[in-house]
Amino acid sequence: MTVNTAPTVSATRPRQAEQPKRRKGKSAYPYWFYLPAAVVYTALFLIPTFASFFFSFTRWTLTDFTFIGLDNFVQFFQEPALLKGLTNTFIYGVVTSTLKVVLGMLLAVLLTSQIIARGYLRSVIFFPVLLSSIGVGIVFTILMDPSKGMINKALAVVGVEGPAWLVDPAWALMSVALVDVWKGVGLATVIYIAGIVSIPQEYFEAAKVDGASSFKSFFNITLPLARPATATVIILSLIGGLRSFDLIWAMTKGGPGFTSDVIASVIFKQYQAGFYGLSTAGNVVLFLIVTAIILPLSMFLNRKEVEQ
Amino acid sequence: MAITGTRHWAALAGGVTALAVALTGCAGGSTSGSGGGGGEKTITWLVDNTENTVAYAEQLAKDFTAANPTIKVEVETRPQGGEGDNIVKTRLSTGDMADVFSYNSGSLFHQISPEQNLVPVTSEPYMANVSDSFKPVVTAGKEIYGVPVGTGNAGAVLYNKKVYEKLGLSVPKTWSEFLANSRKIKEAGTDPIIQTYQTTWTSQLFVLGDFANVAKADPNFAANYTANKAKYATDPAAVKGFEHLEEAAKAGLFNKDFASATYAQGLEKLANGEGAQYPILSFALPELKVTFPDKLNDIGLFPLPGEDASKNALTVWLPGGVYIPKSTKNLEEAKKFQAFIASTAGCDSQTKAVGANGPYLVKGCDLPDDVPAAVKDMLPYFEDESKNSPALEYLSPVKGPALEQITVEVGSGIRSAKDGAALYDEDVKKQAKQLNLPGWN
Repeated sequence: MTVNTAPTVSATRPRQAEQPKRRKGKSAYPYWFYLPAAVVYTALFLIPTFASFFFSFTRWTLTDFTFIGLDNFVQFFQEPALLKGLTNTFIYGVVTSTLKVVLGMLLAVLLTSQIIARGYLRSVIFFPVLLSSIGVGIVFTILMDPSKGMINKALAVVGVEGPAWLVDPAWALMSVALVDVWKGVGLATVIYIAGIVSIPQEYFEAAKVDGASSFKSFFNITLPLARPATATVIILSLIGGLRSFDLIWAMTKGGPGFTSDVIASVIFKQYQAGFYGLSTAGNVVLFLIVTAIILPLSMFLNRKEVEQ
Repeated sequence: MAITGTRHWAALAGGVTALAVALTGCAGGSTSGSGGGGGEKTITWLVDNTENTVAYAEQLAKDFTAANPTIKVEVETRPQGGEGDNIVKTRLSTGDMADVFSYNSGSLFHQISPEQNLVPVTSEPYMANVSDSFKPVVTAGKEIYGVPVGTGNAGAVLYNKKVYEKLGLSVPKTWSEFLANSRKIKEAGTDPIIQTYQTTWTSQLFVLGDFANVAKADPNFAANYTANKAKYATDPAAVKGFEHLEEAAKAGLFNKDFASATYAQGLEKLANGEGAQYPILSFALPELKVTFPDKLNDIGLFPLPGEDASKNALTVWLPGGVYIPKSTKNLEEAKKFQAFIASTAGCDSQTKAVGANGPYLVKGCDLPDDVPAAVKDMLPYFEDESKNSPALEYLSPVKGPALEQITVEVGSGIRSAKDGAALYDEDVKKQAKQLNLPGWN
């Protein structure tokens, strides 16, 4: 799953920066210098990618395979859980990346201001990013237990009856998404902090002299000039959201029933059941979907960046 | 990549080939070797990691070495459920399997390609000790591949006898009696039916445990099901399991926290009488024995009730098998170990470690007198063949992977029984196609 999506990120971004340089003349290194990297790249990325395209057209038991044409794709698209999985993936990706953008921006503004213990607060917000998703998932599963969990007990103290979180079909996906935001917002904040710090102070001073309110400075200076940071945060969190799996698997396993299934968990279940060809076909589909969403989005966001 | 000259391509190709050779070499060399020298050998045995399994496996290994001092058995463990299936399949197909391994019999056994991966043991003398009712579930083609380890089990309702006594209830024989009992239990303030959907597999018992009733109503169901002629959604007997689950859920007979409760919590509720009836596999008994030893004899067992009291039968789970992969380098020792497991000494060894939790499928193995009450309830059904049927997974290789999610949905009221049954019929298609069964393409 990760293998398929990774190249799209690295392939789209550095292109503009590197291509002109290479066109100027001969490469700085002799060709044999590329060989070790080329071997690794071929063995670990190119061959598996093409092999997975091949096996997606077969019924595969890991030891032998029968070629069955497009049957796997037909079967995959008839998968009852798939439609639910597709919409859930989309909802999950959009909700997590939107919240990360909004919260990340607000937190970055806070953490670039002159507050006490700024360094400490910055590291605290980043701390969840370093935790293992599985560990976070297990801890939050316990915290979110509808009757014995700490969250609902705390809500009960102030007289609110909390929802059943992970076991309520209407809440399950949102609950996981919220935990994902808690875990990932630190990275977004750090990117925004870098973006905001690099805005020259003169703009703010000039705006102040012209009598701009702090709201105006935020919407007219910080927000537009932090656009590269916004682009990065959106792309990173959208890719993360679209292929999210570990947190969902640790917390709900796609349940209750199929209500919080995403494409990745649907694919994983096929793999677990031993339908290797079918799950490979699913991965190819996931790869195409992620590419189809991220490629135009990243082109759009980066073009705006250049125009400025 | 900006490689242009042909010489560079040649270098690249050479590099790739060298790497490929190196990788192949690795795969060949990594098979685990035979143990220490001096006539002493060590064989490995892969088992699942339940407390019960590990306990009897260690005991069997110890007793086997006592009888065969030159052979040591090393027990390895793997996770249960889907993750464990994955490990077994992967290790088999990479030739990296332990010298002997335990795995399910029935439909899961067929999914590990026995003819290709396992050593047939049909003509071994020790197969004469194995009960005839076990042989079909470890047979593929014309060959038998395994010996039974562990005991026969049932998918049934475990109930708290104290709650039943207090309310003056008797064991139900039909579904309507079961519902009537449950309503009385609810009025008395106890949870009538325990459901634990945090551990998803436990949700399947209403359907899987009802199969004996299906088989008695329609003896050809399993064969027709394998041939793609009978369906859960359309067979009036088969759809009952889904309908009963829906009916019990709608009547509000489950514990309040059914959606977030776990299997362990379900057992606790049952043992201390907080809940009265728990449809579950009798594999739960050894666990109850470990966690609530003084409550074990408060627990009784009855088959899931169907429509007809005279045809109410118990759905039986046969024990898993112990198999030898073709990749083993210690075939003789592995066979000796299989022979030991399929002997009365092997049964005694298991009883010593974990007690008897059901009948053994090795000839001549008798149960001790002090078996738990629930096992006593189970035995009459085991002894009379007209009163039991193996679960569907032993009669048909067709088993869909998503049943547990579907039954969680039906039991939680997310999906109707009819819809759930139809969805499961869709789900099994994939398995049938993967196995290339006739009639499914």
